[in-house]
Amino acid sequence: MVQFDNKLSPAESLNALKAATDQGIRYITQGNGSSVAGALIDAINKHNERNPGKELVFLNYAAVDPDFTNSKCSYWHFRFDADTSMKMEALTTFMKDQSDVKKVYLLNQNYSHGHQVAKYAKENLSRKRPDVQIVGEDLHPLAQVRDFAPYIAKIKASGADSVITGNWGSDLALLIKAANEAGYNGKFYTYYTSVTGTPTALGKGGEGRVYQIGYAHYNMGGQTDKWAAEFKDRFKDDLYTNAVIHVFNLLGESMAKAKSTDPVKVAAAMEGAKFKSFNGEVEMRKTDHQMQQPLYLTVWQKADKKYPYSPENTGMTLAPVKTFESYVASTPTSCQMKRPG
Amino acid sequence: MEFFFISMLNGVSYGLLLFMLSSGLTLIFSMMGVLNFAHASFYMIGAYIGYSLNEIAGFWLALFVAPVLTGLLGAMFERLSLRRVHPYGHVPELLVTFGLSYIVLELVQLVWGRTAVDFLPPALLQGPAFTLVQNSVQGLSMVWGAAAPDLCASTDAAVRVVCTTFPATRGFMMLVALVMMLGLWLLLKRTRVGLVIQAALTHPEAVEALGHNVPRVFMTVFGVGTGLAGLAGVIGGSTFVTEPAMAATVGSIIFVVVVVGGMGSLGGAFLASLLIGVVQTFAVAFDYSLLMMLQNFGVQVSSAMQNNSFLKLTISQVAPILPYLFLVLILIFRPKGLLGTRET
Repeated sequence: MVQFDNKLSPAESLNALKAATDQGIRYITQGNGSSVAGALIDAINKHNERNPGKELVFLNYAAVDPDFTNSKCSYWHFRFDADTSMKMEALTTFMKDQSDVKKVYLLNQNYSHGHQVAKYAKENLSRKRPDVQIVGEDLHPLAQVRDFAPYIAKIKASGADSVITGNWGSDLALLIKAANEAGYNGKFYTYYTSVTGTPTALGKGGEGRVYQIGYAHYNMGGQTDKWAAEFKDRFKDDLYTNAVIHVFNLLGESMAKAKSTDPVKVAAAMEGAKFKSFNGEVEMRKTDHQMQQPLYLTVWQKADKKYPYSPENTGMTLAPVKTFESYVASTPTSCQMKRPG
Repeated sequence: MEFFFISMLNGVSYGLLLFMLSSGLTLIFSMMGVLNFAHASFYMIGAYIGYSLNEIAGFWLALFVAPVLTGLLGAMFERLSLRRVHPYGHVPELLVTFGLSYIVLELVQLVWGRTAVDFLPPALLQGPAFTLVQNSVQGLSMVWGAAAPDLCASTDAAVRVVCTTFPATRGFMMLVALVMMLGLWLLLKRTRVGLVIQAALTHPEAVEALGHNVPRVFMTVFGVGTGLAGLAGVIGGSTFVTEPAMAATVGSIIFVVVVVGGMGSLGGAFLASLLIGVVQTFAVAFDYSLLMMLQNFGVQVSSAMQNNSFLKLTISQVAPILPYLFLVLILIFRPKGLLGTRET
């Protein structure tokens, strides 16, 4: 396994891809973010067309733009995270039953991911809870805003009781910190509460008011807990990108099944494969290469005996509230897959 | 009304933090002609040292010691590196500070890690400074500290009560910035040291001839300037977040402040900081776009135009880039800045 730093830049990533192929590497895995993944998919499609016999396979563990398994779907791309539309499907299924949700505010980062979250939130809510009002919508620049107090003042003025946000990293941490400081007591429905830095910024604040939707959580039990402990031991960090486990599980199984490490044969074996992973029975859907998997809704609360894992030594944890089976969160695809040969 | 009040305070407090940062930068620039690219890095160093001291000795000690340590580091950098580069002109000076900003970033990541550290303000500052209670019947009132829960809860469904708190950290931020400004002004205008500094700026040879050590004056100025950045770091780091990206995010904006205010003008930096803080805060509240403006003027807009992403941009979406727009406009129409005196 060889590591390349893409510096979160599509251009840098393409250089890294070139370097990787020059070294004879045939499997590429990458996650953050969708801007990079989009560039990689294009480049890999072209590469595979021009270099038969030297195909590359792209194992995407975190870029969640739904386009990658719909209009831009590629035979060489496999996604192990749940895409934005699936997570929103599960999130709104939960919100549907929350009678205190009446006015919703959408605050997102101004790039493809944030746009998709806002779009699917509106679509899903109007379908499942037509009585819910969207009282405001904002897009702010990605990772630029230090002071979220003005946004919170605006959210308060709108009278929203819930905020849906796809924000991650400092954009989420600072948002919730500002909300706590301004005395805003609405709920936050998030995608990425567990991403490095956010638990620290949340601290004891936001207890019971911050939800996360994801394919895993801190207290999965069994092997995942052991991995998380080992990971923390070695890297002093919390394991939250569990989808990489999917990647290695499926890759290993498919190589064994294909009795080969040739990407063409392995890709064929991965398509439609069903296997047991840390979150139950999962399937790499053949039509669009989107992993179908259970999703979990969790809430930020004090760590206790039942849910002991405490990220970044905060004394808090994300406790599961509801589990969604694969079929609940599954969304249809418009992918017309072009298969080789 | 309550929204206006809170937004105004948010804007002013953010502006004052910017001033704390840019005052040091503008001081160094006006005294030494050095455009210190690493200024925001000293802000970050201040925050991280403050965080470490906070863990060991508590916040109040950190508040005093961290800026001093940061200032000493700054003075050391001036003595060991900047002074040697000085004879070669402005470009090497700029490059040295530019390089320093990268070194500091990597060092901070090596020492404290790449993720945010938990730099909490002291218990005294953790609560709200005051609470605004907006009652639809009784109107607006204000309570110091946190409001009693029954004051914020409405017993009658027809009465709408909204409580908004203003965090004490932000109040403290404003206080420190104002005290700092006053102290700086007194130091420069009312003391002998200030006189020597001002004289060394315009007539270094004459001051040297009178027996003052001009290089040492410069070193002190650089140390004080970076120390002020360190002070801002302790306050900003505990109010917002302490992470390796914190230097880059304020770095560009303080240059805007200094240029808009006028290179080397403290008053200008003050005015520009407040202006940028308030404009940025209020811009977030406006959802108007060019498209809506066109429609309000009765212009027929085709459906293709309606989906034009440029026309659809609202003021709130462009709020964070407004300062840079300012920068460009000021450079075009008033290159010396709002209160600047020299045409550079």
